[in-house]
Amino acid sequence: MSLTLAIAVGHLKRRKRQTVVSLLGVALGVGFFVAIAALMRGFQTYFVQQVIDVAPHVVMKDEFRSPDLQPAERAFAGGAVVVRGVRPREAVRGIREAGAKIEAIEAIPGVAAAPVLRGPALFRYGGRDVAVSLAGIDPGRERRVTNIEKDMIAGRLEDLRATANGVIVGIGVAQRLGASLGDTVIAVAPSGVATSFRIVGLIETGVTALDEREAYVLLRLAQVILDRPNVINQIRIRLEDVRKAEPLARRLETAFGYRTESWEESNRNVLALFVIQNAIMFSVVGAILLVAAFGIYTIISQVVHEKARDIAILKSLGFRASDIQAIFLLEGVIVGVAGAVVGWAVGYGLIEVLAQIRFQSAGGPLRGRDGFILARETWPYLAGGGFALIAAMVAAFVPARKASRLNPVEIVRGAA
Amino acid sequence: MSTLIAAENVSRILPGPQPVALVREVSLAVRPGEFVAITGPSGSGKSSLLYLLGLLDRATEGRILLEGRDTAQMSDDALAAARLARLGFVFQFHFLLPEFTTLENVLIPMRRLGRLSDRDQEARAKALLEAMGLAEAMGKYPDQLSGGMRQRVAIARALANDPAVILADEPTGNLDTKNASAVFDIFAALVASGERSVVVVTHDQHLAARATRQVRLVDGRITDDSAALVG
Repeated sequence: MSLTLAIAVGHLKRRKRQTVVSLLGVALGVGFFVAIAALMRGFQTYFVQQVIDVAPHVVMKDEFRSPDLQPAERAFAGGAVVVRGVRPREAVRGIREAGAKIEAIEAIPGVAAAPVLRGPALFRYGGRDVAVSLAGIDPGRERRVTNIEKDMIAGRLEDLRATANGVIVGIGVAQRLGASLGDTVIAVAPSGVATSFRIVGLIETGVTALDEREAYVLLRLAQVILDRPNVINQIRIRLEDVRKAEPLARRLETAFGYRTESWEESNRNVLALFVIQNAIMFSVVGAILLVAAFGIYTIISQVVHEKARDIAILKSLGFRASDIQAIFLLEGVIVGVAGAVVGWAVGYGLIEVLAQIRFQSAGGPLRGRDGFILARETWPYLAGGGFALIAAMVAAFVPARKASRLNPVEIVRGAA
Repeated sequence: MSTLIAAENVSRILPGPQPVALVREVSLAVRPGEFVAITGPSGSGKSSLLYLLGLLDRATEGRILLEGRDTAQMSDDALAAARLARLGFVFQFHFLLPEFTTLENVLIPMRRLGRLSDRDQEARAKALLEAMGLAEAMGKYPDQLSGGMRQRVAIARALANDPAVILADEPTGNLDTKNASAVFDIFAALVASGERSVVVVTHDQHLAARATRQVRLVDGRITDDSAALVG
């Protein structure tokens, strides 16, 4: 054991109780950080999976971010040209050459794409009307881009094909209509066409907004009802690596011009919420560690005060100011490191305790969960330990410097 | 004759609204084999002079030479290194580190210097303690020892790195006559080889008389130096 370490340990051993108290302060800070991080990250990850995986990772729509430029604006770009009262073109909307585009997208490794025609419709059953968002899908391709099969609580996706005029509706739609599996509902399209559909499946995503609006039929059928033969207006895309969604969306939008949204863009508000949540978590833990740092500061200040004679003799024996500083900095580091290690154990224990807690399952996205969702990751341990060490060193620095500057002559004189 | 440590026209003035001169224009050369006793009334500046000679304090004017080297130009770290290798201190209070055993306390300066191997350090520390009649006390902690034993441990520690000069500030101030006498016996033996010197500050005239040279300080000035009479 090095001399510096031996002296530092000797000092701390002499004040066991205070050392243990400051060490526990650090340990609690680190432990809570580890546990809260697991709780928050677990929830956030699960939330992202549940809420965001309900929808595809990237959706290309038949829209453009900015309206078409008028010829005059194009010709005099940057000039003082204002065109007013332009009548919008009655263009047939839809993604052009969708088949080729889907093929091009699917050619990218780890990416799946599916065509969708989405349009509004009114479902009528027993005198009740419910506005739905009708999505014409290709079941074979759709199951590769959304969790639609997983969310089905009754019926099967194949039944869309097996049944003439089959429809799969959200559980909310069914409830509002008062209809259930096997019932026949009337669908009225904006063009006025009315068609009967048989409910062959029910979906519960857990997201109320979706469950009360969504209705799925075969793509061909949707094109007929909505009177848009051979047209699709959305390409839904799923990636193996969700993190690549945003770059892919930007790439596709640049290549094809159509507005392409990643799940991050569509859920920016939720993600912003997580940032705030994490900021709160870090503040709380930072406050705990700050208190712990004050504890370290206090104990080392006291040791410096009490050990003034020892410092004087060490200096007179030939210890340099930096040697003295190292001793007391090391004391802070010892408390910090030991606190971090105990904190890891506390954090690990807390996570295991939290994992045992069971409570009544809530509805919504957390349906089916009767306990905390915990992310068991390594980084909170490293981050918590790092914070603790830095806090301990900063706390020890001031008294350590004071110790290094003590004038041995004054102390020796004072003692005499 | 070479000098181990010498003060040349040294003054130490405490700054402040009314500057206080602790030591005034003192010149003193300590030669190998000398056992110097600095005496004088309280507040005469004898301890201050010792701290200047021991490189614990810096002179306001004049200079201190350690084995011929001017210490005024040396950095604080260089002074610390010089104290570690060439000087040994004994104070009125033993200043042993309470967390360490007697043996460990004597080992501390050696471990800091690191000149000897671990085994040689321990052998030397044991030999020093045995020479001080402390063979039984090696594994004990300072608070388990008597005052006289502690002071002998402190002397052993001061000798750890085989210094050229031992500087002692009222080393017998807390000891009874018998133990005080024993400490002075040890000092007298240390200079016997003729290579090392000892500088002791004391107010005890009887003990001072046992030194080979007596220097008397009044109001920060040397008023009497037995070596001058001889010389």
